[in-house]
Amino acid sequence: MSRGDEVWSALGAVRDPELDEPITDLKFVTEVEISGGDVRVRLRLPTYFCAPNFAYLMVADAHDVLTSLDWTHHVTVRLDDHFASEEINGGVAADAGFSGSFPGQAEGELEQLRNTFRRKAHTACLERSCRSLLEEGWEIEGLTRAHLSDLPSGSATESLLRRRADLGLTADPQAPLLVNDDGTPVDDVPRRLRYARTVRVSIDGNGIFCRGLLETRYGTADIEGTFSGIEVRKAS
Amino acid sequence: MYEKDGEKYYVVDSHIHFWNGGASNQKNRYGAGFTGCFYDYQKNLSPSEWVWDLEKFGSYTEDDLLHDLFDVGYVDKGIFQPTYLTDFYTEGFNTTERNGALAEKHPSRLITNGAWDPRDGEAGLDALEALHERWNLKGVKLYTAEWKGDSKGWKLTDPWSYRYLEKCEALGIRNIHVHKGPTIYPLNRDAFDVADVDEVATAFPNLNFIIEHVGLPRLEDFCWIATQEPNVYGGLAVAMPFIYSRPRYFAQIIGELLYWLDGNRLTFASDYAIWQPKWLVEMFVDFQIPEDMQGEYGVLTTEVKKKILGLNAARLYGFEVPAEARITTPGPTTGESIGSAPVDETHPVTA
Repeated sequence: MSRGDEVWSALGAVRDPELDEPITDLKFVTEVEISGGDVRVRLRLPTYFCAPNFAYLMVADAHDVLTSLDWTHHVTVRLDDHFASEEINGGVAADAGFSGSFPGQAEGELEQLRNTFRRKAHTACLERSCRSLLEEGWEIEGLTRAHLSDLPSGSATESLLRRRADLGLTADPQAPLLVNDDGTPVDDVPRRLRYARTVRVSIDGNGIFCRGLLETRYGTADIEGTFSGIEVRKAS
Repeated sequence: MYEKDGEKYYVVDSHIHFWNGGASNQKNRYGAGFTGCFYDYQKNLSPSEWVWDLEKFGSYTEDDLLHDLFDVGYVDKGIFQPTYLTDFYTEGFNTTERNGALAEKHPSRLITNGAWDPRDGEAGLDALEALHERWNLKGVKLYTAEWKGDSKGWKLTDPWSYRYLEKCEALGIRNIHVHKGPTIYPLNRDAFDVADVDEVATAFPNLNFIIEHVGLPRLEDFCWIATQEPNVYGGLAVAMPFIYSRPRYFAQIIGELLYWLDGNRLTFASDYAIWQPKWLVEMFVDFQIPEDMQGEYGVLTTEVKKKILGLNAARLYGFEVPAEARITTPGPTTGESIGSAPVDETHPVTA
């Protein structure tokens, strides 16, 4: 694999925590520059006021995955066109943490936020997997007896297994499918599934909204973007 | 009033603005960024004939507003929801005073809500009382993401917020609109989830908490809370325009909301001037849950549409609804709502 491919593949593991999609698919990565062991990456987001804690997570995660490649020497990740670009870029470069990047303005670090969205991502993936079983003829009540091995192979199942791993849940084929985020069995299956569907609708909808706003802001091949009214240099 | 196929729909646009977001009023790059974000919403989610240029969007006129809402937009009553943003805009973005001046000129059509900020402490309580005396407030709009000096946001559960909510109750300001939506920039990690609504809704059962933008992008958190709290309502600003660009997604949102809440606790809003009500009203009345989704979500009845478009907000604000647009028979709610219903459906919806 070329170094360029390695960088792209590493960045593909960085997800927007709320949308649960890779920043590479979301077109948040606008530039990758590799020079020997030095890597420079530029990121952009759908709005000028995207939540700074999410923005920080993505910039810091991108920095981490690139630093952990065994050949990288110096990694620079820059977020463009965001109201807090300066603080975030400086904070990540200095390894200051979120609170250190916004002294006096941010309480605590972001692990709790990250965990909230890991749980949501698991819930949404679980709903997709259960829906595929129901389409195959399973009954809702029977789902308590479903195991991971009952799932069809494919990307939906892989996604679920990845989300389980994020939460520290087992990928053993004999493990029950329908568990809460802490691994305990679900007792009210219809209600859990109903809530899970709302979570999935919410996450899907956010993705639609963000993709649309990114296009509006930066344009596509046919449409000129607006840059949210801010005069800035367009990332190439 | 909107009429279609012999049915009359009383329309309350429960979230409108008369802002001054143009370049001359922008204090700094944050003001430019804020107007720009709103403009991107319009550009992204409106039919092309309703997209303005950025200059008009920043400072449209009184005539624009009256024309879009009342001449062509079918709106019977419009409720201004102020957002001050004085850290971003020299004269504020969308103040009670600016909205109120317009409402005073058109009292049969427009009313203004007020606003407060718990970080203003004791002085702000007096200011709220003065605002109430001046404008006879029936509601307030709260913007927890507002910057104020070093502070980048606040929560409904902050101690001073309780003092303000008590004040609202004492003054008879019953409708508490809370922005929980996609413009999400307080730095505090908790400041944009809807959990703080849960606590104050329980603490103040006599107040109505209308969650603007139905919690998007946290729809499920909003639904979860609204299911437990009968005095929590959902304002559909920002959710509405998906009806044009993403009708299946819109069906899912409405379907989920009707399941967790019911047809009595959702209010129509255009968020004017981000979107114009004309096409939203027309499309909503024509809208139906796609057939292949009806197994999951049921159908949208005419009665539910009437409630959402105007009757629910009319009930909250005491607007008198013309007889021909009322619902006097018990109306079934769509879907299989599991929420706690706040109203007696057999009671006619009137002032």
